[in-house]
Amino acid sequence: MADVGILATTKAAEQPVAALLDGPRGPKPVRRFSRSNIIIYGTLFVVALYYALPLYVMIVTSLKGMPEIRVGNIFAPPLEVTFQPWVKAWQEACTGINCDGLSRGFWNSFQILIPSVILSVAIASVNGYALSMWKFRGSEVFFTLLMIGAFIPYQVMLYPIVIMLREAGLYGSLTGLVLVHVAFGMPINTLLFRNYFASIPEELFKAARVDGAGFWAIFFRIMLPMSLPIFVVALIIQVTGIWNDFLFGVTFTSSPERYPMTVQLNNIVNSVQGVKEYNVNMAATLLTGLVPLVIYFASGKLFVRGIAAGAVKG
Amino acid sequence: MTLLNPSVSIKNLDLSFGAVKVLQNLNLDIGDGEFLVLLGSSGCGKSTLLNVIAGLLEPTDGQVWIKGRNVTWAEPSERGIGMVFQSYALYPQMTVEGNLTFGLRNAKVPKAEIAKRVARAAEILQIEPLLKRKPGALSGGQRQRVAIGRALVRDVEVFLFDEPLSNLDAKLRADLRVELKRLHNNLKNTMIYVTHDQVEAMTLADRIAIMKGGKIMQLGTPAEIYGKPQNLYVADFIGSPSMTFFDGTVEGDVIRIPDHDLPLGTYEFSQRPATGRPAIIGIRPEHVMTGDNLRSAPYTAEVTADLVEPMGSDTLVHCAFGGQTMRVRMDGQAQVKPGDRLMIGIDPGAASLFDKETEARL
Repeated sequence: MADVGILATTKAAEQPVAALLDGPRGPKPVRRFSRSNIIIYGTLFVVALYYALPLYVMIVTSLKGMPEIRVGNIFAPPLEVTFQPWVKAWQEACTGINCDGLSRGFWNSFQILIPSVILSVAIASVNGYALSMWKFRGSEVFFTLLMIGAFIPYQVMLYPIVIMLREAGLYGSLTGLVLVHVAFGMPINTLLFRNYFASIPEELFKAARVDGAGFWAIFFRIMLPMSLPIFVVALIIQVTGIWNDFLFGVTFTSSPERYPMTVQLNNIVNSVQGVKEYNVNMAATLLTGLVPLVIYFASGKLFVRGIAAGAVKG
Repeated sequence: MTLLNPSVSIKNLDLSFGAVKVLQNLNLDIGDGEFLVLLGSSGCGKSTLLNVIAGLLEPTDGQVWIKGRNVTWAEPSERGIGMVFQSYALYPQMTVEGNLTFGLRNAKVPKAEIAKRVARAAEILQIEPLLKRKPGALSGGQRQRVAIGRALVRDVEVFLFDEPLSNLDAKLRADLRVELKRLHNNLKNTMIYVTHDQVEAMTLADRIAIMKGGKIMQLGTPAEIYGKPQNLYVADFIGSPSMTFFDGTVEGDVIRIPDHDLPLGTYEFSQRPATGRPAIIGIRPEHVMTGDNLRSAPYTAEVTADLVEPMGSDTLVHCAFGGQTMRVRMDGQAQVKPGDRLMIGIDPGAASLFDKETEARL
């Protein structure tokens, strides 16, 4: 409902507005090839290359035959692609008297990994939940003690653990190794879960209590469905940690039949007899690193979200 | 005031966290069907008290009785209470229906009964279309309705509200406040309501308990709290803008404040002080008379307006009087500019007089 007076005023205002629009207007233009952009992207490119190069060399070498490797062009792509080194690393490479390749170590590692991860994540999540939601007299002391455990170097505890496992009759068995992994995964994972649950509003917990839910009902029906990201983080930390472990594996397994993959890889690569088969070594290393890699790629965004969620509150 | 048949009864309640005494020897009886508001600034212990009643915090000493049963050691779910929280506290991964029924499923209530109660609560709160949605897809007001519904389906005697409207914007808060009042009128449940908002307290409450430092400063109807505050703290806390206080001495039938002697003929003393006793008189901005009302004023004076705050419905004028900046609430239509001279009238009968030493009402 514009009356004449208003129309007149708008008309009058038009001239000066048009004049004002001559200057800078709208979003500021972005220069794509500015000096700072070139420096930033240039640096990033060089750093990325620096990181990716060893991996490239490994993949390329693992696909070459020995004659080609002896020529010495380690950066050159394979002239003739062969998967023989991969097959050999998996099935035939020798460690000591066993010549059945990494496959044995892979299955050993798998048998260690699955129960260790499940047990440690399950226990740590309940620990973290109890320590953040059901504070009891001395719960802070308990938590501090657990944290101190995270800062004691593993090496200090190796010998006592060997004795403990021997007394329990578990020394040298995979069960013993699983127990060790579960125990050592406890501090960091409990901390992770405790911090995550501490960030969940306390009122939610109170509401559930008024609704008559007990310790386990609140954990399974309220808290668990909300904590997928932190479970993914704990899972990744545990899977990579346990899979990549060398020290415990070499200390607490007594015979080559039960060596985890990392120990076996070391034995293959460091064997002093015969010709150094670089292509087989590279293939074996890549095979060993495959499990953590797959986990990282599969979890992706969830991992980042979980890390952020678990890290906020202390 | 002791009630014969209280719905909730707090007896000699103490609660301390280490050396910090949050609640001190607190006694409170809440009648059947009463709407009681616990009002106070933050840290006064009002939410703590509510949590103790709910059983979410353990008292250091004392008892909680609900419906004639000592529930001091009972679990929250066994106390016959429903609770609504400030942050709604809805279970994010459950639908609205799941949220409403969670408590009933825990209590193993038969399915048919659950469906009946959900239907009733959803109808009362008008959330039927939302039942299949997750809380994340609801607005703040809808979430709070669901939270109230969760208390409603429990079919309990006592409702506990912990600042339920504080997270909502002003308009929604006013709307839901009215709805809560209507809900109470229909249901006739006992409701205990914690807030720091005095408008909520005044409009909703049958009785208000004003708390400070873990103690109840005054317990009374909104009219009593507003008209006859029992001590200086309550007088200062209730009313927005608050009273203006003047130091003076009571001498016979007048109180002598700087430059003025106000007659106390219309004031109802609960205890008449000795002559010469230092006292404080508090006058509400809305009790200062202007314009036509001046004729009935026992005492009049001329003042100069310092500062004018127009608020639409009324206008607040600051002026110098009795050595203080006095606030005067005038009609919104009043045309006042800073520097204007105006006549004001004071009726000490509507004012409040406190002993300077004990800060108790005289």
